[in-house]
Amino acid sequence: MDKPYGLLAELTYACPLQCAYCSNPLELDAYRDELSTEEWQRVFTEAAELGVLQLHLSGGEPLQRHDIVDLVQCATDLGLYTNLITSGLGLSTRRAEQLREAGLDHVQLSIQADERDLSDKIAGTISFERKQVAARLVKQLGWPLTLNVVLHRENIDRIGGILDMAVAMEADRIELANTQYAGWAGHNRDELLPSRDQLERAEAVVREARERLGDKMEIIYVIPDYYSKYPKPCMDGWASRQFTVVPNGEALPCPAAHELARALDIPPANVREHPLEWIWEEAPLFQQYRGDAWMPDPCRSCDRKEIDFGGCRCQAFALTGDAARTDPVCHLSPDHGLVEAAVEAANDPMRPQDGSLTPRSKVIRTKKRATAATQERMARTPVPLSPTVLKGKA
Amino acid sequence: MRLTSLMQITDEDARPRLAPHVRLAFNAARGEYALLSPETVWVINATGAAIVELCDAQRTVAEISAELRGRYDQVAENDVRSFVALLVTKHGMEVHHG
Repeated sequence: MDKPYGLLAELTYACPLQCAYCSNPLELDAYRDELSTEEWQRVFTEAAELGVLQLHLSGGEPLQRHDIVDLVQCATDLGLYTNLITSGLGLSTRRAEQLREAGLDHVQLSIQADERDLSDKIAGTISFERKQVAARLVKQLGWPLTLNVVLHRENIDRIGGILDMAVAMEADRIELANTQYAGWAGHNRDELLPSRDQLERAEAVVREARERLGDKMEIIYVIPDYYSKYPKPCMDGWASRQFTVVPNGEALPCPAAHELARALDIPPANVREHPLEWIWEEAPLFQQYRGDAWMPDPCRSCDRKEIDFGGCRCQAFALTGDAARTDPVCHLSPDHGLVEAAVEAANDPMRPQDGSLTPRSKVIRTKKRATAATQERMARTPVPLSPTVLKGKA
Repeated sequence: MRLTSLMQITDEDARPRLAPHVRLAFNAARGEYALLSPETVWVINATGAAIVELCDAQRTVAEISAELRGRYDQVAENDVRSFVALLVTKHGMEVHHG
């Protein structure tokens, strides 16, 4: 068993945005008892000792944590590469300078669209202008800027405009990632799933932009697995290279595994109760789908099982109720009809227009050290985490 | 000065450096070097780390190779070139000219 390379720390599920494509769990109330500053610092220390190199600070909106500078400073002192995944709301000049001083390596800013009205509509709150300000601030302070754009039916036709905006922002990288249907996005799937025509147009725009921009800006385009023949190599395999710790201290092998973990008849792996090393090496949840012994056919006898690892356990669970089935995205899956039906509906010319998306719900942050219990909203930009590991040769 | 891609890396005056979002680190828990970026970890060996440390946008690939030959027995210029080229294609390095 290898050691993990990456830790995604979901510091809080409080967020000023209400994006309907959020991958946070529907049952947000279950994660309100957030780890304290000291508990997170212990988690980071144990993670570094375990071999973790990259720390992604996310949420919700990680800037809702008033101790974010202290947390970054701790991670820097441990030598971790720190990556803040933010909506940009809460990134004041002062806060940004403090984070720079504390050693924050990289900022990923979520973008909903290139037009104010559409962007604010998708985010569920007025935020477009503040994101522009945040992008300028990131560049002014000398950070490399990555933009994260979750693509879906409402914004994928704006991809050309989004790329132009990214160039104007002098972004170094842009990740255009089609929605993964976990959490709120799963709930809203039928309204979010784009049509085949939309995807083909978007891919043509991306190809053209790559040729035109060359090295000026790195464009990462994550294809929608619903339209793929094979599933994605989710997390490079269950508990293989990275893991997630959610606001209440539960450790998950995949950022979307909340509901799956609760459905399994095994105890949760919480950092409040166990050292990270034990969780990584011994926790039943982490052992559950590690390797390939759990695999059913067609995966078990498939020559691609070392390529895609059976796909996404959370997607299998969400669609079939059984996390140990082949990811239904795979055309060989006996459950593939579930995905085909969704794709067919998304491409139905008689499909009703203007269906309604459910915005993610608001929760009240109750942590003692937080500002008084104000109404806050939940959001999170799904981030594809897939470290490529190659052995240097020289 | 301009940035370029893999195609021009054979230029004699190509001067590589890490991309701005990439950082070299030695990880004690693993006992290995790695290049760190937001979504990627490239595990590299000690020779790779020595190459990276010399990639400062000042030295050319040829100069880096010459410097490494002073330290290691078997460093061919092509090794440095292919190492740099691979990282350029992965957006881990940039190459400056002139």
